[in-house]
Parts: sequence; C-alpha cells; structure tokens
Amino acid sequence: MNVLEIQNVTKRFGNLVAVRDVSMTVAKGELRAIIGPNGAGKTTFFNLISGFFPPTSGAITFDGRDITKLATHQRVTLGMARTFQITEIFPELTVFENVRIAAEVAGGYRLRPWINASAKAQIHRRVEETLKLVSLETKTDRLVGELAHGDQRAAEIAMALALRPHLLLLDEPTAGMGDQETYQITQLIRRLHRDSNYTIVLIEHDMRVVFHLADRISVLDQGRMLAEGTPQEIAANETVQAAYLGNAA
Amino acid sequence: MSAEQTRKLIVLAAIWATLVLAPYWMVPLGGYTALATRVLVLGLAAMSVNFLLGFTGVLSFGHAAYFGLGAYGAGLTLKFLAPSTPLALVAGMLLGGVCGAILGTLIVRRRGVYFAMVTIAFGQVFYYIAFQWSSLTGGDDGLRGFSRQPIDFGLFKLDILSDANNFYFFVLFCFALVVAAMGFILRSPFGRTMIAIRENERRSRFLGIPVERHIWIAFTLSCFFMGFAGALYALVNNFADPRGLHYSQSGDFVMMAVMGGMRSFWGPLLGAAVFVVLQDYLSSITVNWMSFVGLLFVLVVLFFPRGLLGFIQRSKA
Repeated sequence: MNVLEIQNVTKRFGNLVAVRDVSMTVAKGELRAIIGPNGAGKTTFFNLISGFFPPTSGAITFDGRDITKLATHQRVTLGMARTFQITEIFPELTVFENVRIAAEVAGGYRLRPWINASAKAQIHRRVEETLKLVSLETKTDRLVGELAHGDQRAAEIAMALALRPHLLLLDEPTAGMGDQETYQITQLIRRLHRDSNYTIVLIEHDMRVVFHLADRISVLDQGRMLAEGTPQEIAANETVQAAYLGNAA
Repeated sequence: MSAEQTRKLIVLAAIWATLVLAPYWMVPLGGYTALATRVLVLGLAAMSVNFLLGFTGVLSFGHAAYFGLGAYGAGLTLKFLAPSTPLALVAGMLLGGVCGAILGTLIVRRRGVYFAMVTIAFGQVFYYIAFQWSSLTGGDDGLRGFSRQPIDFGLFKLDILSDANNFYFFVLFCFALVVAAMGFILRSPFGRTMIAIRENERRSRFLGIPVERHIWIAFTLSCFFMGFAGALYALVNNFADPRGLHYSQSGDFVMMAVMGGMRSFWGPLLGAAVFVVLQDYLSSITVNWMSFVGLLFVLVVLFFPRGLLGFIQRSKA
C-alpha cells in the first residue's frame, strides 16, 4: 500500500517554476531520499507535501485520501509530521515540555481546559518513551534553546515522533552537523526505519547518509524529476552523474 | 522539583496575604483603601492584556475597547435595567467578551504590527460611538447616574457603596475568581498551545495546531476578562468614561504589563501597582506626571527587559 502518491505536481512563483510536473509514490515502510543540487526545488517539493502552500496544479494523496487542498494542521492530524532544515522548536521551553505539547495535541487534548490524572500519566509515558528513542532521556529538564545543535535536531525529531505519524518528512536532518552528530542522527533514522517501521521521506545533501539509509532515491534537478530508483541504480545512472554527482565530486 | 514547588507556594501565599491585608498596611504607609481597589482592577486589566501578549505572543493595542465596553455594559445595566451589582458585572463581561469574539474573527489573521494596527482601529470605533451617542452614553461627559448596589445575600446585605474596606474585599474576591480562571487555563493543554504559538508559530502549525483558531480563543477569553475588569472599574468610579475606550488607555495597559514583566503571570499586577501609585502621588504634584511614569518605563525597558518582576525573579535564582 502506498502512503504517499504525488501526481504531476507543479508549483509556480510568478515566472519561476520551482517544481515542474513531478510525480512520486512512496510505499508503506519505505525510506525515500530526495537529492538534487541546490535550487533543484527539493524544499519547495517538501512544502507542497506538508501543505506549507498549495500546488499550482497536480494532486497529492495521503493514505488513500486527497489532501491537495488541506491546510498544514489538517495534514498533521491525518498523520504527517515534518522537521525543517533550520530547526523549528520552542527554545524557551524544556525538552519535556516541547515533546509534551506535541503528545497532547496528537492525543486530541489541544482544546481541553483541563486534563485528568490518567490522561496526564499516559501523556507523560509517551513523552518519556519518545525521548528515550532519540536518546534525550537524560536532558528532559534542559531548555531546548540551550542544547547543542545535534540535540536540538533530535528534540525536533522527538516532537515529530510524539505525533505518532504515518509519514515522517525530514528536511536535511544532518544539516550543519559534525561527523559524530551526523553518525548519531543517521543511526537514529536507521532505527526508526528498521525497528519502528516508520515511512520516511528525507532531503539530504550528505551522500554517505543517503546511500547508507535509502531504500529508493529520487533525484530532482531544476524542478524536474530527473531519475528515481534504488541506490545502486542511481549510482549507475549516467544522467544523474552528469547533472549532479559529477559536479559534486 | 519539590523544593521548587514549595518556593512557588510560599511566593503565592505571600502575594495573596499582601493583597488580603492591603487595607491594613496601605493606610499606615500613607495610602488609602480605594487606591488598592484601583490597583486590583487595573492590574486585572493589565493581566488580561498580558494573557494575550505574554502567553500567546500577540500584541493588542486596542484592548481598552473591551475594558470600556465592560464599563459601559455595567453602567447601563445599573442605570436602565436593574439595580444589581452581580448582573452589572456579568453584563459588562458579556458585552466586552462578545464584541471581542466577533471582531476577533477579523483580527486574528493579521500578525505583528498589522495585528496591533487593526486592534487600534476597532478600538477607536467604540471610542467614537461612546463619544457621539450622547443620549445613551452621556457622550464626552461619560455615563453618570448609577452607583454600585449592596450585595444581597438573602440573610444580610453587604454594603459596598460607603464602606471602602467591604468594597475592596468584594473586588478582591472578583479578582481572585478571574485570576484563578486565567491560571487554570494557562496550566491546561490549551494554555500550553498558547505558549507554543508564542514560542514558534510555524512549529505549532506543524504539530497540528490550527493557529488562527487558537489565537482567536485566547483573544476572546482575554476580552471576557477585560470586560469583567472594565465592569469592576465602572463600579469603582460609579462612572464610565469614553476615555476608558481610547487607545491611549490601551497603551497604559500594555505599559503596565511590560513594566511589570510580561513573561510572568503576576508581573502586570506589579506594573499596575507602580503605575497607579505613581500616578496618584505625582499627579498631586505636577500635571506632567505622565513624563515621569514614561521615564520610569524607558528605564525599566532599557535595564530590565524582562520587567520589574522578571528582574526580581532572575536575581533570586
């Protein structure tokens, strides 16, 4: 079964066509990497999937449901969670509070003026489980704004996981990280994919990470879908090498 | 954790003890009970503004409109409907809250400076209505000809008109109800979504929070609180003033909140206390009292960006 189906999506900003007639299908349990040179339209493509803005034309289906016209928060409610290239967190709140807000919203408590003891305990358990998953369980009471960059990324992923998503969108999860942090976040994503069976779509520049993690790779170039296939197929694809890998190497 | 909780309880007990005993310690210090009553009412208004500013991160520069509507609602009820103080308070709160709810639907799509401008514009509409509609509102002279009524408990009546202490305790009781409601909401899952929106709107949206709807709810709640404070203010003065709706009054409330500390729950009350006491003292010396209050405001913003209470909390920690 397919979690995500994108059909002939185009996004125009005035005269600029940022994404041109792109289609992509992501199966349940798949880890898909989207790569491409700077300005290829990767983040615009992500913004279309997550509902940051609507496409100029084309359709997006999520879990068999047409979501093309849905607002961001509605897509999140249906089970889509996302992180950003530049970490989006609640800097002046603790790690625990950051993830608790996500867990409460996902639990359907966002409009409640009160929360009873058993629901509260359930939320606390979920927050603690999630923090353990991303190895932040010893830093629950620290302010997120004061954490190291890698831990902030982990906290953002924890917030996304607390939503119990069917689809996890990660925009350059290793951006701005050193080797050690890159290794840790890569291992985390691998665990989420292999052990917890998350369906994940990620944008990534670091080819070691991409080839280590991805089941399939989609290559965008100048807003078009240039190629799609397994890591082996993409590595052997001459068009991709010419347009992208050749330049990078 | 528990040491922190004990400390918070002690601070809370100290705040309430100070408020409950105010009529007894203010008089020996050269104050008077009615001044404490004004501090409570304007403090409640500043806390209502801060419910939005400090905890949702949205600056309304027209909140005096809902304060003034509360005052006119209470005054008109006492003058034309029924001589009942509780009814006047409810009517004032409803008038402020319902108008806020309706206008809020138009306001919440704007952000930042545009949000502030739109709130000013709507606020001024009410100011000019109160100013022009003389037959109902008394126009420029304000609404007169009503006074707060004794509270009827069946067995006995509580005189809040001539006994200043009784009135103070009545206002303190009302203040406590509203402040408890605010605190309760802020500690709830909904309250945490308000803080989430303040901290990072984009992240909030991507957690599945419909941001506009939540800002609207917070705006509406704060207008209800504001209407209630305005109704109390009409009872304090036995008078409703069109200038209570004016945007300069909104500015005073924002000033109290920022001066006291907009990230702290009690900060605006402290800001209101400083503002009201300074106004009372300085205005008997000079007509230019506002320039001194303004100077203090500038100093606080420059040297204690987290406000007076923020500064006190920081130096203790």
